[in-house]
Amino acid sequence: MINLTNIEKVYRTSSIETLALNNINLNIRKGEFVSIMGPSGCGKSTLLNIMGLLDEPSKGTVELDGQRVSTYRDKELARLRNEKIGFIFQSFHLINDLSVVDNVEIPLLYRSANGKPRQTYAKEALEKVGLSNRIKHFPKQLSGGQKQRVAIARAIVGKPEIILADEPTGNLDSAMGNEIMNILQTLNNEGATIIMVTHDENMAKRTHRLIRLFDGTQVQ
Amino acid sequence: MLTNYIKIAWKVLLRHPFYTFITLFGISLTLTVLMVLTSFLDHLFGSHYPETKRDRSLYVMQMMQMDSGRTSRNSGPMSFRFLTEYAKSLKTAERVTICTFVNSSNAYVGSQKIKLNTKFTDADFWEVTDFEFLEGKPYNEQNIANSDQVVVITDDFKKHYFGNGTESVIGKDVEIENIHYRVIGVVKGSPVTRPFTYSDVFYPYTAPKSNYQRAGMRGGYVAILLAKKQSDLKTVQDEFQSHIARIPLPGVQEGFKYAILEVKSEPYLENFIGTLMDGNKGIKTVFFGIIAFIMLMLMGLPAINLVNVNVSRIMERASEIGIRKAFGAPVRTLMWQFIIENIFITFLGGGIALVLTLIIIQLINNSGMIAYADLTINVNVFLISLLVCLVFGLLSGVLPALRMSKLKIAEALKS
Repeated sequence: MINLTNIEKVYRTSSIETLALNNINLNIRKGEFVSIMGPSGCGKSTLLNIMGLLDEPSKGTVELDGQRVSTYRDKELARLRNEKIGFIFQSFHLINDLSVVDNVEIPLLYRSANGKPRQTYAKEALEKVGLSNRIKHFPKQLSGGQKQRVAIARAIVGKPEIILADEPTGNLDSAMGNEIMNILQTLNNEGATIIMVTHDENMAKRTHRLIRLFDGTQVQ
Repeated sequence: MLTNYIKIAWKVLLRHPFYTFITLFGISLTLTVLMVLTSFLDHLFGSHYPETKRDRSLYVMQMMQMDSGRTSRNSGPMSFRFLTEYAKSLKTAERVTICTFVNSSNAYVGSQKIKLNTKFTDADFWEVTDFEFLEGKPYNEQNIANSDQVVVITDDFKKHYFGNGTESVIGKDVEIENIHYRVIGVVKGSPVTRPFTYSDVFYPYTAPKSNYQRAGMRGGYVAILLAKKQSDLKTVQDEFQSHIARIPLPGVQEGFKYAILEVKSEPYLENFIGTLMDGNKGIKTVFFGIIAFIMLMLMGLPAINLVNVNVSRIMERASEIGIRKAFGAPVRTLMWQFIIENIFITFLGGGIALVLTLIIIQLINNSGMIAYADLTINVNVFLISLLVCLVFGLLSGVLPALRMSKLKIAEALKS
């Protein structure tokens, strides 16, 4: 499903070059639940960003469903992200000025879906994460766990095949973290391919495969 | 999608009330100035009472005589005879009126002196223009043929001369410059900004002191040529020019030897600008260049200020941009979002400006600074104002949107 070959990522400033990822080769299969672990600054989020087409590698190739994406233009990349990938972030990244349901609708806005079906899908997604009673609320009125559930609803509303989660439980207590993990496992059981960056060994143990990074290199 | 953009724009406005106040204050003030200016220009050049047929009228305002080297010239209005021969005889025009510009006179009510403006016209003047008769009727060809000493006065002059009473003054006597006239009609006056129709008292051209029999080409008269329809203007213009071309050259006018003679029939705006700039070549370019420069300055400087405010605001929303891009928003869609948001804010400012403009033009109309001033926000002014809002919104929205489009998703999400 996702194939990374010889991926290298270098961050350059005027005087410093930092090698964030070095010769990464990875193949994520459809329906897998993969966790990525490693110390802070080892390149986990960078790797996730490259897989999610949010960033481009300095070297190497990224293939999604057998298609090389390096030649794709902004519009094509945006369409791929919109249709195939859902994102969950550690700090939720909800838009505070929009209500819960409006936040969840965002991916559908870029599919030219009409207002009514958009709302129906958003409500269904919120129901799935147990937040159908909070649709008119604003992010500031929600707890951390509720925010993350809204973020999950937003990630799944467009029914993407891949969900990329960057430390989805990082800002939550263990009980709430477990709840989020349960939701992710349910989604995986329903067929979604999930790649999750985590610091938590217990969470990683609940996934099918663990990838470890150290100083930008894959060690497991 | 549009509702979503507007919702966001509204929330962003509420987020920083002070910034919002500064932004809206700047936009409203700029647009108010532009709207009042547009309304004033429309008042000057649009088809308004009593010149409601300006869109199919040509104005003949002056004759220009020059020597062969174009080094000296002599210009001014024409004689009644000249205009009768060369303008009144037009076959393609629906009607042609010959009248003077305003002349100053005095009238007395007891010992009180009233300064007034007078105008000599033919009977067609009342057909070419669209004066509203509050009392009586206009003088006709018969009155003119009989050299009747009749006048049409304005309601304002009626008030000054006869007092505030409501009774009719038709048939009453008016003494101007020691000559007695009978009032035949009372009209609602025309603003001073419309010199072809502005006057307090209108005399038939056969009234005393009109000099309508003066020989020669120059005098105190001008003409308005009314075409049957707007598309006929060119035909009328061509016919008039063919008449002018018949005048033998060179000639002598009051000792001045001229080899070139120009008499133009032009739409009101061109005529006005041409007269203002004394008929030099390229005047229109210069005039419109200056107007464009002033408009650009009026809109450009506040737009630059708004660009700065918008850039800071957009950068504050980097995270939102990152999220939208991550979930599939193409750069172009996002650019449109920010431009639409900006246009929305501009239109809010435009709404405030519209209210302010209405108040200001009411104040101008009621102040008496311009007699019979009728500044309005009509469809033209409103459409131009909308266009100005749109241009202003685009001017101040495109650059911030471009800055935003360059943000990398991963970087934006980190902020």
